[in-house]
Amino acid sequence: MSFMQIKDLHVHYPIRGGFFNDVVDNVLAVDGISLEFEKGKTYGLVGESGCGKSTTGKAIIGLEKITSGRIIYEGEDVTNKRRNRNSSFNRDIQMIFQDANSSLNPRKRVQDIIAEPIRNFLKLSHLEEKRKINELLAIVGMPEDAKFKYAHEFSGGQKQRIGIARAIATNPKLIIADEPVSALDLSVQAQVLNFLKDIQDELGLSYLFISHDLGVVKHMCDNISIMYKGRFVESGTREDIYQSPKHIYTKRLLSAIPMIEPITRQARKKERILVEENFHKEQHMYFDENGRVFDLHPISATHQVAMTAKEKWVI
Amino acid sequence: MKGVLLLVISEELLTIRDLHTGYRIKDTYYDAVDGVSISLKKNEILAIVGESGCGKSTLATSIIGLHDHNKTRVRGEIHYKNSNLASLDEEALNNIRGEEIGMIFQDPLSALNPLMRIGEQIEESLIYHSKLSKEQRIQRVQNLLYQVGIPNPERTAKQFPHQLSGGMRQRVIIAIAISCKPNIIIADEPTTALDVTIQAQILDLLSDLQLETGAGIILITHDLGVVAEVADRVAVMYAGQIIEEAPVEELFSNPKHPYTRSLLNSIPQMNSENEKLQVIKGLVPSLVKLPRTGCRFSPRIPWIPDSNHEAEPSLHEVSPGHFVRCTCFKYFYFDREGGSLR
Repeated sequence: MSFMQIKDLHVHYPIRGGFFNDVVDNVLAVDGISLEFEKGKTYGLVGESGCGKSTTGKAIIGLEKITSGRIIYEGEDVTNKRRNRNSSFNRDIQMIFQDANSSLNPRKRVQDIIAEPIRNFLKLSHLEEKRKINELLAIVGMPEDAKFKYAHEFSGGQKQRIGIARAIATNPKLIIADEPVSALDLSVQAQVLNFLKDIQDELGLSYLFISHDLGVVKHMCDNISIMYKGRFVESGTREDIYQSPKHIYTKRLLSAIPMIEPITRQARKKERILVEENFHKEQHMYFDENGRVFDLHPISATHQVAMTAKEKWVI
Repeated sequence: MKGVLLLVISEELLTIRDLHTGYRIKDTYYDAVDGVSISLKKNEILAIVGESGCGKSTLATSIIGLHDHNKTRVRGEIHYKNSNLASLDEEALNNIRGEEIGMIFQDPLSALNPLMRIGEQIEESLIYHSKLSKEQRIQRVQNLLYQVGIPNPERTAKQFPHQLSGGMRQRVIIAIAISCKPNIIIADEPTTALDVTIQAQILDLLSDLQLETGAGIILITHDLGVVAEVADRVAVMYAGQIIEEAPVEELFSNPKHPYTRSLLNSIPQMNSENEKLQVIKGLVPSLVKLPRTGCRFSPRIPWIPDSNHEAEPSLHEVSPGHFVRCTCFKYFYFDREGGSLR
């Protein structure tokens, strides 16, 4: 059973203009998306820059105002309680940021950085807190003396691990990971990804994994949603999305991923050009006159695809 | 078919021999590029890959002399058409930059002047390097914009950089780079700042242009996927040295050096769902602390005994055109513990 549902989430940014600085229009950054989270699963959110994937993550945790929609956590509507210190939601949902460097306070020691959520949410004695910090550092594979150092003394991968230690300090249920590895080199990226999987098994975590890298998402995620202009175009299990993509935008995205097989590259280039042509030819069928994606409809128990204009008329 | 073409015209455009580029840190020069020898042939895309800090961008900027002479030291030979680029003065280099060697930068927004219209920026190098009249230049700008796939050249030429999307800006940069029909194009991470669909378009454009113009392209990147898509030949760099060099198919099907093999195994591939990714132990050493003798990769594969490394690692040819540095590749195996952090 899912422990958290997001229903018809909207985040709109007003565009102001005119003499009285009125709201003249809205940017529909997130325009009606729904998600459900189950324990121990990883959910991927994929899309190109500007599609609203980061806004979704921030809106869920409460760093962004929600225009409309509801967030239900363990049967309770928490939409307006997200920044409430006493709510369990705030403790159980944590975030890992893309840029580890700027998400760690440069003037704090590592122990104080990691202790921040502990001090906010768990009432531990000084000794217990110390023990907890040592425990967390051990989980992320860092030596104990690291806690007396400052963030700048660590490499990119280590900083990201400190960020992860902070995120798991309160034993959360869901971690929102916003592009956690896109600033890292390949070998370090592998370290962090392996590690995220390890602690998932150990702690029974769920992830909302936001990324533009389809290779990383395929490696990490059980369920994947493809986002375009603030809406989902396709949503399903990893196999649904990668083995039988249905929406024209998903196909286009998948065909654009570089593969490490130089032998087949000519064939893939042809395929890619074909998909691109199709995308331009059939675009009007998949998007309405404002370029908005149609609503999702299920085609199997797990797989949902945005309708085409034709199907919309039939229903 | 391309392979046949390569055999017919395989003259060397650019030859780099034992290049050392050092940065001055506290009055000592530390070589970021440490003894690189490589050549670029006509009609070929040569990819240089490596992680951050391996010296690949330093190598690119050394070729066209974009370094500050007060803080860097360039030694070695860069042969291009009977002249050594490493020893030329600014004036002579200015005649080569833009005209003979074009450069494409990573971030298209900071490489364009925000206060100049697109058309003027492309015209700039034409004014400097060609004797075309004003009308001819405008015509040429339109043709160039059309050539790089911009749908409405006339309108775009009058726009400013901020009015274009990232992909369009990168197309403009490419138009500037090819404006004087250079023999060599150096592309430093040309698609890193772009989305995958745009990246695919730009890579297709680059390989199409290369076929059309016959220029040699040096592609600097950290993305092995990009390399596999467009490159003809690949050089892998680690800690300032080339550690493996091979034709692209050979490198991906038969990688030899432990570093290359580890890198390839650490890519989350499209078909590797629940396996562990390979992790390379330790860190890339910093420029100052870099050991200058012995195999530079040995600290990161500690389970391979010292006797398997060469004292003075050199490049060995394992098959035609495939070179590997050091002998440790013969004994290398993956440490199963390498996948875990703890």
